[in-house]
Amino acid sequence: MQNDWFYIGLFLVIGLLIPVSALLASWIVSPKKPNPIKQSTYECGMETVGENWVQFKAQYYIFALVFLVFDVETVFLFPWAVSLGSLSLFAVIEGIVFVLILLAGLVYAWRKGMLEWV
Amino acid sequence: MNFWFDPVNFIAHWLNSLLVGWGMAEWLAALIIQLVGVVVLISLMMVFDVFLVWVERKVVARFQDRLGPNRVGPFGIFQPFADIIKLIIKEDITPDGADKVVYNLAPILSLMSVLLLWAIVPLAPVIFGVDLNVGALYIVAAGSIGTLSIIMAAWSSNNKYALIGAFRQVAVLISFEIPMIATMLIPTILAGSMGMNEIVRGQQTVWYVVLAPLAALTFLIAAIAELGRSPFDLNEAESEIVAGFHIEYTGMKFGLFYAGELLHAFTFGGFWAVLFLGGYHFFGLENLGPLVAVVILFAKAMFGYWVIMWIRYTVMRMRIDHMLAFNWKFLTPVAFVVLMLTALMNTLLRNTSSVVYIAGMLLTNVLLCWIIVEILRGFSRAERERTEGVASATVAAHH
Repeated sequence: MQNDWFYIGLFLVIGLLIPVSALLASWIVSPKKPNPIKQSTYECGMETVGENWVQFKAQYYIFALVFLVFDVETVFLFPWAVSLGSLSLFAVIEGIVFVLILLAGLVYAWRKGMLEWV
Repeated sequence: MNFWFDPVNFIAHWLNSLLVGWGMAEWLAALIIQLVGVVVLISLMMVFDVFLVWVERKVVARFQDRLGPNRVGPFGIFQPFADIIKLIIKEDITPDGADKVVYNLAPILSLMSVLLLWAIVPLAPVIFGVDLNVGALYIVAAGSIGTLSIIMAAWSSNNKYALIGAFRQVAVLISFEIPMIATMLIPTILAGSMGMNEIVRGQQTVWYVVLAPLAALTFLIAAIAELGRSPFDLNEAESEIVAGFHIEYTGMKFGLFYAGELLHAFTFGGFWAVLFLGGYHFFGLENLGPLVAVVILFAKAMFGYWVIMWIRYTVMRMRIDHMLAFNWKFLTPVAFVVLMLTALMNTLLRNTSSVVYIAGMLLTNVLLCWIIVEILRGFSRAERERTEGVASATVAAHH
């Protein structure tokens, strides 16, 4: 019970209960009069035009891919950063070379035009 | 141990002796005490959230040269309570075709992800939720639940504007996580640990904003983008796509999104204070007692929140392609270069006296800032030459 993560688990449970209780209070008190016009999808007051699930732009996928590469890089950098105080200069330079290689990847993506929003 | 110097342990001890005296098992008493601690911390943050609504409305009013709410109680301080009552009694309209489970879960998760962050904030040397040794990583992880809730809200709303807004917002959110994590690594390097308590303890002599001002600035900008506030507020964009991902939410569900956003802004003001502005340290004043330390931390968090509000109500919204270009072509390279330079200078100056260390780090940051400004000036000069011709550019450069 003295585990740190157990406390976080309690936080999760109570953190879920507080918004749920707010919504419960609202559900008890609020009126419920559904009506097809009120429940229709909002499009600035008109009838909806076209499909509701619009096409997913491929550019989002490219940004997510670049994000993934850099996210994994930062995960690898966390242990390096935590133990930096006791590392030799050689190890620090090695970590810097790692970051430089990935920055070269970013420059490559930039020059190939993958970071444009077309 | 008395109440003033160690309030949490004092109350825990008293409750424990009370419950065990009533014949309760030891483990159950410990569980109940932990539960009481969690409930008190979360309730305090929710009450403070209500106060934050009032602060936000008064500040935006003053920025726009008007008074703000001043009818409902002295200086309008009961206005947020009136807002809460109004939102609770409003009807909950669920659009047809909405995915009921996900639709109802999204605002709950959005607020929960913010409340989770307060478990690790060190409010005082002896008052904190839990001393996790992976605090920095936990911030990013818990913040990602908020990102998830945006897509959940939009996808289940059966509305194309919500979907478009949420796609753009999530693209911005994941992009700006990279400079945020990279600059969060810098206090980790300087303190030697990811835990928030260690980072604050490491700032006893000098705040990290003096050692790495460029990192503090980059973290602030990335955090403002993470919050989804202006100038990066694609999801709200009130005049463009009406209300973004929370178009189809009415009543208290919208209230949960709104309250969650304000509390998130204050939380990141708090993390900016903890990571860079010294946490609860203030020239020895925090030794007077833990409650003084809490007040100091909240004052610094309010200062961070004030800067975030100031930027919101001054700068105009950026276009999505400008935002993403700003992140990937400017902020990410700057964040990584600052990280590399800080790591290098920390290793080279590690064993020198503290004055040389501080001067060295500060000088590195100033030099880097100057180099970046010169590069940007070069780019803007090239742009001016391209659009107006060479002559006007040379004239302008001689001012």
